[in-house]
Amino acid sequence: MAKQINVALIGNPNTGKTSVFNHLTGLNQQVGNYPGITVEKKEGVCKLSRGLKAHIIDLPGTYSLNASSLDENLVIELLLNKNDKDYPDVAAVISDVENLKRNLLLFTQIKDLGIPTILVINMADRMERKGISIDIPKLEEKLNTKIALVSSRKKTGIEELKELIINHGRIPTEPCLNASSIDPPYFELLRKAFPNQSLYKLWLVITQDVNFGNLNRKELSASPDFSLKKESELKRLQQKETIKRYQFINAALKETLTKDLNAATDLRARLDRVLTHKVWGYVIFFSILLLIFQAIYDWSSYPMDFIDMAFANLSEWSKEALPSGVFTNLISEGIIPGLGGVVIFIPQIAFLFLFISLLEESGYMSRVVFLMDKVMKRFGLSGKSVVPLVSGTACAIPAVMATRNIEDWKERLITILVVPFTTCSARLPVYLIIIALVIPDERVLGIFNYQGLTLMLLYLIGFGMSIFSAWILNKIMSLKSKSYFVIEMPDYKLPLFKNVAINVIEKTKAFVFGAGKIILAISIVLWVLASYGPGEDFNNAEAVVTQEYGNELSEQEFNKHVSSVKLENSYIGIMGKAIEPAVAPLGYDWKIGIAIVSSFAAREVFVGTLATIYSVGSDDEQTIKNRMAAEVNPILGGPLFTFASGISLLLFYAFAMQCMSTLAIVKRETNSWKWPTLQLVIMTAIAYIAALVAFQVLK
Amino acid sequence: MKVTIADLKRGQHGIIKEFTDDSIPLKLLEMGCLPGNDVELVQIAPFKDPLYLNINGSHLAIRRETAIKIEIDLIE
Repeated sequence: MAKQINVALIGNPNTGKTSVFNHLTGLNQQVGNYPGITVEKKEGVCKLSRGLKAHIIDLPGTYSLNASSLDENLVIELLLNKNDKDYPDVAAVISDVENLKRNLLLFTQIKDLGIPTILVINMADRMERKGISIDIPKLEEKLNTKIALVSSRKKTGIEELKELIINHGRIPTEPCLNASSIDPPYFELLRKAFPNQSLYKLWLVITQDVNFGNLNRKELSASPDFSLKKESELKRLQQKETIKRYQFINAALKETLTKDLNAATDLRARLDRVLTHKVWGYVIFFSILLLIFQAIYDWSSYPMDFIDMAFANLSEWSKEALPSGVFTNLISEGIIPGLGGVVIFIPQIAFLFLFISLLEESGYMSRVVFLMDKVMKRFGLSGKSVVPLVSGTACAIPAVMATRNIEDWKERLITILVVPFTTCSARLPVYLIIIALVIPDERVLGIFNYQGLTLMLLYLIGFGMSIFSAWILNKIMSLKSKSYFVIEMPDYKLPLFKNVAINVIEKTKAFVFGAGKIILAISIVLWVLASYGPGEDFNNAEAVVTQEYGNELSEQEFNKHVSSVKLENSYIGIMGKAIEPAVAPLGYDWKIGIAIVSSFAAREVFVGTLATIYSVGSDDEQTIKNRMAAEVNPILGGPLFTFASGISLLLFYAFAMQCMSTLAIVKRETNSWKWPTLQLVIMTAIAYIAALVAFQVLK
Repeated sequence: MKVTIADLKRGQHGIIKEFTDDSIPLKLLEMGCLPGNDVELVQIAPFKDPLYLNINGSHLAIRRETAIKIEIDLIE
């Protein structure tokens, strides 16, 4: 097999880089993580002509090689490390025809690394409307490279790009900027100290906190021949470098790019006037939020009911169809209900990612950031915290990752710490089942449903709690930070169906398989713990029941009592009884206690755990809800799930930090165990106190 | 008195002259905010912050606290 050509796609955010990636690879792509960090790694294979193949890697969007975030660091480290298996044979810098000047800054930096660099000018379909014309052959000459004029919307220019990738060997690699001109005497010293290295690469290692190959910052500073400069001086030189690069770019574009200003339409200005209006801007934003929540609760309930029934039937069917035995029990009582608890999320997650990706693709999200910055700043957050807080309603994991573009460390840290309070979709199944049990399904004023209102209230509590704790954290944390805020306001675009669809599919898949593994493992463990017990009573459950009730019971009742004795004396029953004193003041029995403990791995396990515990030994196909409604409180008597214990449970889940994956992400993003530990302890304490107060007051 | 981007009114233009402070983030320069470039105030967010600018065709928003560090010559 011929060697694949390694191609790196690099570009500013909002240039349609992902569209180009999708066109090149189709669904032939995979999203993973870079080892050790949580930056998304997107790669795929592209079939070229003559039987050749290209391995395409879509690097995180960046404005320049001067890294200010984890994502950007990664771009530089890959481009500086020739030994990396992903080191590109050719780089394609994706640029947007309307922001060509700014995009070329990154292009000149990549080219100066000595990598053959193709310039891809995207969104060519907008040129005419915007009155832009470019003399491509002349610009190719000025920039000393090959250019592909592409429209990812109209699907033109992709084949030409593929041809350029095949012929990458012919692309010149001379630098655009003579690095020494930044500070000639200093670079002369550098050249003498490291005669075999590229000066620009050395310069990047000096100015960035990155390592490359066998050369790193420490060795550089240990060299006797020259010393590192002060930070302020380096910054001044970086500014000088940027200005020099722009001089080069201006000279290249002067004769090759013309813009007819009269042709530009003012759609953007008109939309901006409405969408960032001091009244209408907020009205529109909140209407959109309302629409999103409506979709998640109302529209997705139909497919969810269907999935719920389907899994109940499947469990029943497997019990009858498979030969009876331990293995069948494991499948029908452990694995199938456990899996059902994950699959049921798919409609909601998909809706949420659909809306978030529509908002981002259209360019509207930047306007929300613009609109909310001042308000959020009062609580120690940034306008950019809105995106994580909104995506936190899907899942805290992508939300924590979405904080990366917040420049200010303190604002970013506060956002990370408070995001888990927002009501993520994993809380939903817990909320839905408890609400269905304890809140009457009645209407007020003819239109509002009590159950719907309760759900909405829970969302408000979650959001309110995150804002409130941000405010507290902002008061008590004394972090020095250079606060600044820059956000690009991209042009409005009609979202591309293909991009949105791929995004929704990938994100949903990642969530289901990520959470699915944990839930499946826990369901199996729980099933084993619930199906076996250590003592005499477990093995002789039939005798215990006979002794207690005599022979008066019907067969059905007899079986029910046997299974409940078995469950109480199983391993899980013994563990549950041990923790019962801790949860009894909150109005829970040991079964809920077990469900809470097991859901410290992930909240959605709660319903799955109860499903597993209640399925063990029962033969009827009642839904989980009916079984829960029939439970009796062991201490107080009466139904276990009352208004008081229900509210107490809802509040516990609203505040508690019960998600190992989120804790792991927070650890990675903050690079310390301090913050996730703090989150776990404080949030759990708040949850316990809130639940305790609620139950004791309401009971 | 020094005129800065923060003094612009909506729709007004200026030419960036210099930065009054070294703490101007490099990212802003990379996005095209350089001396000699034209800057237009497109929109002010509610509560007067942040400012939505068009710098030489590049649309971006910055906070007022950064804007007061960028000196300009007003174009009447």
